Parts: sequence; C-alpha cells; structure tokens
Amino acid sequence: MPSYRRGISRQQIIAAFFAIIGILILLGYAPHLGQPDATISRLTFGLGGPVLDVPTAIVMFSIGIIYFSSGIPGLLRRWERTTRWALWLNSLLFVPMVLIAAAAGKQTNVLTMIAETLRLGTPLALGALAGLYCERSGVINIAIEGMMLFGAAFGFAALIFTGNIWLGVLTAILLGGIAALLHGWLSIHLQTDQIVSGTVINILAIGVTGYLRRSYLLSSPGGRVTLSTIPIPLLSDIPLIGNVLFNNKPIFYMMLVLIVSTHIALFYTRWGLRIRAVGENPRAADILGINVYRTRYLNVVVGGMIAGLAGAWFSLETVGSFDDGMTSGKGFIALAAMIFGKWTPFGAFGGAMLFGFAEALGTRFQILNVELWGSPLPIQFLQTLPYITTIVVLAGLIGRATPPAAIGQPYKK
Amino acid sequence: MTETTQQHEQLRWKLPAWRLIKYLGLSFLVPVLAVFTALVLGALIIWLTGKDWMAAYIGLWQGSFGSPGAIAATLVRSTPFIITGLAVALGFKAGLFNIGAEGQLYAGALLAVVVGTSLVGWPAVIHVPLAIVAGAVGGMVWGAIPGYLKARTGAHEVINTIMLNYIALRMTEWLIKNRTPYILGDPLDASGSRTRFIAASAVLPHIPNTNLHVGILMAGLLTFLVYWLLYHTTIGFEVRTIGANPAAARYAGIRVPRTMVLAMALSGMLAGLAGAGEVLGVERALKTDFFSGLGFDSIAVALLARSNPLAMIASGLLWGGLLNGARLMQVRAELSIDVIKIVQALIIMFVAADQIVRWIYRIRPHEPGDEMTFSRGWGT
Repeated sequence: MPSYRRGISRQQIIAAFFAIIGILILLGYAPHLGQPDATISRLTFGLGGPVLDVPTAIVMFSIGIIYFSSGIPGLLRRWERTTRWALWLNSLLFVPMVLIAAAAGKQTNVLTMIAETLRLGTPLALGALAGLYCERSGVINIAIEGMMLFGAAFGFAALIFTGNIWLGVLTAILLGGIAALLHGWLSIHLQTDQIVSGTVINILAIGVTGYLRRSYLLSSPGGRVTLSTIPIPLLSDIPLIGNVLFNNKPIFYMMLVLIVSTHIALFYTRWGLRIRAVGENPRAADILGINVYRTRYLNVVVGGMIAGLAGAWFSLETVGSFDDGMTSGKGFIALAAMIFGKWTPFGAFGGAMLFGFAEALGTRFQILNVELWGSPLPIQFLQTLPYITTIVVLAGLIGRATPPAAIGQPYKK
Repeated sequence: MTETTQQHEQLRWKLPAWRLIKYLGLSFLVPVLAVFTALVLGALIIWLTGKDWMAAYIGLWQGSFGSPGAIAATLVRSTPFIITGLAVALGFKAGLFNIGAEGQLYAGALLAVVVGTSLVGWPAVIHVPLAIVAGAVGGMVWGAIPGYLKARTGAHEVINTIMLNYIALRMTEWLIKNRTPYILGDPLDASGSRTRFIAASAVLPHIPNTNLHVGILMAGLLTFLVYWLLYHTTIGFEVRTIGANPAAARYAGIRVPRTMVLAMALSGMLAGLAGAGEVLGVERALKTDFFSGLGFDSIAVALLARSNPLAMIASGLLWGGLLNGARLMQVRAELSIDVIKIVQALIIMFVAADQIVRWIYRIRPHEPGDEMTFSRGWGT
C-alpha cells in the first residue's frame, strides 16, 4: 500500500542493496587484485564457439566500483532522477556478475545457461499466460498450480493408456480446461470468492492426482518417453543462437507462438478489446452489449487450457512420468511473473525468464560447486532461489504494477 | 419486569456457551449439508471404483469415534487441526488469507526441536514451556514476514506465504539432511529424515500408556483465547475492522499496516504452537515430511467452522476423525488413502463455495452482511 509509505523510498532500498553488494565485492576481491597469476573465469559460447577469458578479480572489482559508486548517490532523494538509469544498469550487470563470480577458475557455457533459462521458463511463461487471460477478464486465478497438476497427471495417464504422446498433450489441455470450467462455475456463476475457489481447485488437484497416481499410474508399465526435440530447418543452423532457440521441444515453440498471438489478440483485435473492457469495467461493457459472463467463461477456460499445456510440460516434455505435487509451486511463481510483466504477454515472458534464470542458476551453481565459507553451498539453498526471487520481485513491483480494475469482483447483473 | 427480562436475555446471549448454541442453531445447516454431500459423492466414487462403500464408511466410523482408543487417537490427530484452523481463521477475520500455515508449522517445530534437544538436564516445568514459547516465536516470525510485506508493499500474502512454505521446507530439509556437520539431523538415523529426539524433560505431559497429551487442552484454551481476543479486546476489534473494511478502519484512525502485521504474526504464532505441540507431544522429533498438507487442511477446517473460533473444536475433530478413520477404512474396503483426500477436497469445495450447497438444496442465498470476507485482490 504505497499511500502509507513514508520515509524510505523503494529506490533508496534498491540503491542501498547495490551499495552493500558493491562493498562486499570490493572487500572480497581486493586481496586478489595484485596477484601475479590471476584467476580466470572462462565463459564459452557453445561447443567450438568463441571463448571469453575474463580475469575474475579485475572485472569483479570494477563491477564492485560501479555498484558502490552508483549505489551511494542513489541513496540521496534529490538525485533520484539522475541515478535511476545507473540503478537499471546495475540490474543488467547483475547476471554477468553472478556468472563470472561463480565460474572463477573454471569454465561455464553461457549458451547452455541461456538454453536452460528458456527451458525452465517455459512452464512459467505458459502459467503466466493462463493467469493473464483470466485476470484481464477480471477473474483472479490462483488455481494455475492445480490446473497444471491436473494436466500433468491426466496427460501422463493418457500417454500410458493410449501410447500416443500427442493424445497425452491433448488430454492435458482438455483437463486444464475442465478444471478452469469448475473455477469459472464457482467464481462467475456462483460468485464464490475467487481466491477461495482457486484454493479449492488446488486442493482438489492434489487429492485427485494423488489418487490417480497411486491407483493406476504406479502399477502400469510406462517408459520414460518424452516429446522429442524438433530442430527447425535452416533456422537451427544459425550460429550461436540457432541451436538455443530453434532446436527445442514442441511445448517450448507453442509457448513462443502463444506469447506472440496473445499479444496480438489482446491488443489488436476486437475480441481483445472486449476482454480488457470486461476486466476494467464490466458494467460499462455490459451496457455496450458485451456478454460479460460469456467473455469471462471463455477466458477462464482458455487460460485453463494453457495451464494444462504447462502441466504437460512437466510430465510429457521434461520428466516422462508423474510425481505427486511435481509442479512444486511453479503455478504461483508464474503468477508472480505475470504481475512482474504488468499483465502483458511480453512482460510475462520476461518475468518467466527471470525466474527461469534463477532456477537455472541454482543448478549451475551446483555443477560449478560454488563454495560459501569454505564448504559447498547446500542444494536446498539453491533450490530456494526461485522462491526468494519471487518474494523480492513481488515486494518490489506491486503497487507500481496496476491490475485490471474489476479484478476479484464477481459481476452481478 | 420486562426490562430486567430483556437485560437478562441480552446478558445470556453474551455468554460464550450461549453464543455457540445460537451460532450453531442459525448456521450449522450449510456446513453439515456440505459434509453430507461430500460423503455421498465420496461413496459414489468408491462405488464407481468397484469397492464396497458401506464397509468403507463403517470402517471410517469405527476407526475415528468407534472405541475409546479410536477417540483418543482422534483427539491427538485433531489437535494441530484445531490450532492451525484458528490460525487461518484469525487471518480471515483480518481479511488476510494465510496459506502459509505449513511453513509456520515447520518454523515453530524447528525452534521447539532446537530448544527440546539442546537443553539437557533442565526440569520439565521450565523446559516444556520454554520449548512451547520457542515454537510460538518461530511461527510468529514466519507469519510476520508476509504480513509486513503486505502492509509495506502490498505484495499479496497468498503468493508470499506459499513461497515461504517452500523456503521453510527446504531449510528444514537442509537442517535435517546436512551431514557434514550434522546440524539437527540424527547420526543414529540411517535414512537421515528426522532430527534427534528431544530430551525427556521437554515432552508434553501424557496420560500413561496412550498418546493423549495435553495438547488438546492447549487447543481448547487457545480456542477461547482467540475468541476473547477477537470479540472482547481492542486489538480484536481493530483486526476485525481492517478485515471488514480497511478504508473505514483507516478513517477511524486504526493503524492498518501495523494491525495487518500483528494479525499475521498472531496467526503464524498459533500455527507455530501447533507445530511445537506435534513435535513435543507426538513424534518427539521433526521429520522432513511431517506436516505435508496440514497447511491446506487447516484452511478447510477454518472454512468449515466459518472462521468462528468456538466452532473450530467441532470442525477440527471432524477433520482429525476423517483422517484417523481413513486407515481402518482403507483396510476394510481395500481402498487407497487418497479417496479420503478426495472426500476432504470435496468437503472443502462444498464448504468454501457454500453457494453450491445452497444451490443443490435450494436454501435461500446469503443475507446482506452474512457474507464472509476471505481475501482481497492484488495490491489493495
């Protein structure tokens, strides 16, 4: 609630954060500066690609100077305008800084890192789109997690019983839609509190998918089949980025297509205008002859189907089996990505990739065996990275991002 | 004469017991019908999977309330549900949806275990209360974080509490599973999935030869304390006001952010107490999967009681009974334990969205003012 805010501004907190990191870096790398055989972070770009040898201490020290020197003036309120761009630059520097620090004395493949980010960001981007469709029409959807779980479990069940993986994907989409229909019935038709309705679906999903797994899926033989990689001809041959972007699994491509098409549908078509009208001011939309209930139902179900597809990503594209609660909070992280993107498709994509990066960084740290105070960083700490990022991003962004005006309110005719 | 009768009448309604009766008389119908409908649907599901639903439900009854032993086990099982139900209900009253009871349970249980295992040779009179207080503090801190974030930045507590659940779970895993050096894990335990056992002086008093510990009395006491706090103190009034109408509360001079943090902290404290109670009373050690699902179940318990603290005991007993009876139900009808999970999910659905029940049984819709505030949209 920004209206209560007094004293310290958000930008001052961010500036203080960078200033502190700057000091830590300066103190940490100053002793290494003068050493004759300096440690080198080797950043590679794909097999046989260019190799970048970065002298760790010098680069880190200069980043530390930048952080410190832009963080301190950022603390002063009267310089807020002039230091804002510097703080943005600091945020951009953050990613390479972390990579260079982690890869000190070792080598790491930047392209793999990017590919991992894109891969791990896929379900988040899809989940964020699912939330976007619902929320743009004025229905809060915290049931994305449950819809994903439904999709993952039933999609995998369909694969086992029919043997056709694409039927599995289709079932996942369908089940997401059905779960969304329940959400719609509860929150639009019966006008239940939308957050309660979403929680109900989340709990129902845990019960039903657990039952399905223990009763039918565990006993049946099923190989770990996943959707196969489809390289796109010509495009996948582009050096450097071709392999990263165009040599992927189908749900990743679908995500890209959905992001772009959602942007077009939402902002350049009559249908999109109607969705936004219903989400901002349903009464006015109703008076103009738009069917509010039908629009909301349609959007909730479309969102649910996308969430179901995100579910298929877990069981059919990545793991090749179904585990209890395998979505592990990704549905909620997707919501944070959507808020991060200020309820726009491209923004949601960006947010999803940020969280994907946080997760990829966790596994990368594990591979590089990053140490903290002499002992390797515990896996569990790295696993919390996406969750902590979510909390930080939400705390930093809500209040600046404005949700659709009619969100959360059932429409009574 | 009439005046005194009237006064008498008014006074009588003020007594908690009478309030309970009045409350039950007026609004027990919908929750009871919700449970009934869920059980019928559950029977249908069991029947559809080709199992004997009669045997299943008889097993459920006998396993939960059918014998003194079963009742004792049900009481033990219900204790955490009653207390965490109170935690969630307190949040609801303040317009905050605390899905983070699970994380707060872990936080409370962890601190209770730390105190329970580290102090040796202390008298139980000091050790037990100290461990309980540690649990309360743990839950309180873990609950206050999302409260602070909500009050200060408007970040929705639903997402933050869930994120904190995962963080608490990972931290617990780390504290238990880390082997070089052992932090809380037990070197004697080969599977590495639990902490060391707490000292005998920290164990909650028991009825000999049973699992029945004083936790259930603690739950009863807390129930009345929460009721008293909500309806007979200034803090309770402020909490209910920010839940009903934050704008009006602000206008009336209530410090909304402070009250918000306080409500979440108290809610987390209750959950932390429940976690401490489980560790000190039942398991005497903390396992990594100890509270899985308890946080979500407590939401159902709170909804079932329609956030009324006094109804929480009945609601918690029902929930504990369902879970406790599930084992016998499973044996009798050769069912999967998940069936009871589905029945519970259905109960939650029918209770939370009581419009469905009203729709099925043609009960008149809500009167104005009868509606419950659960939560609010993003950033408001």
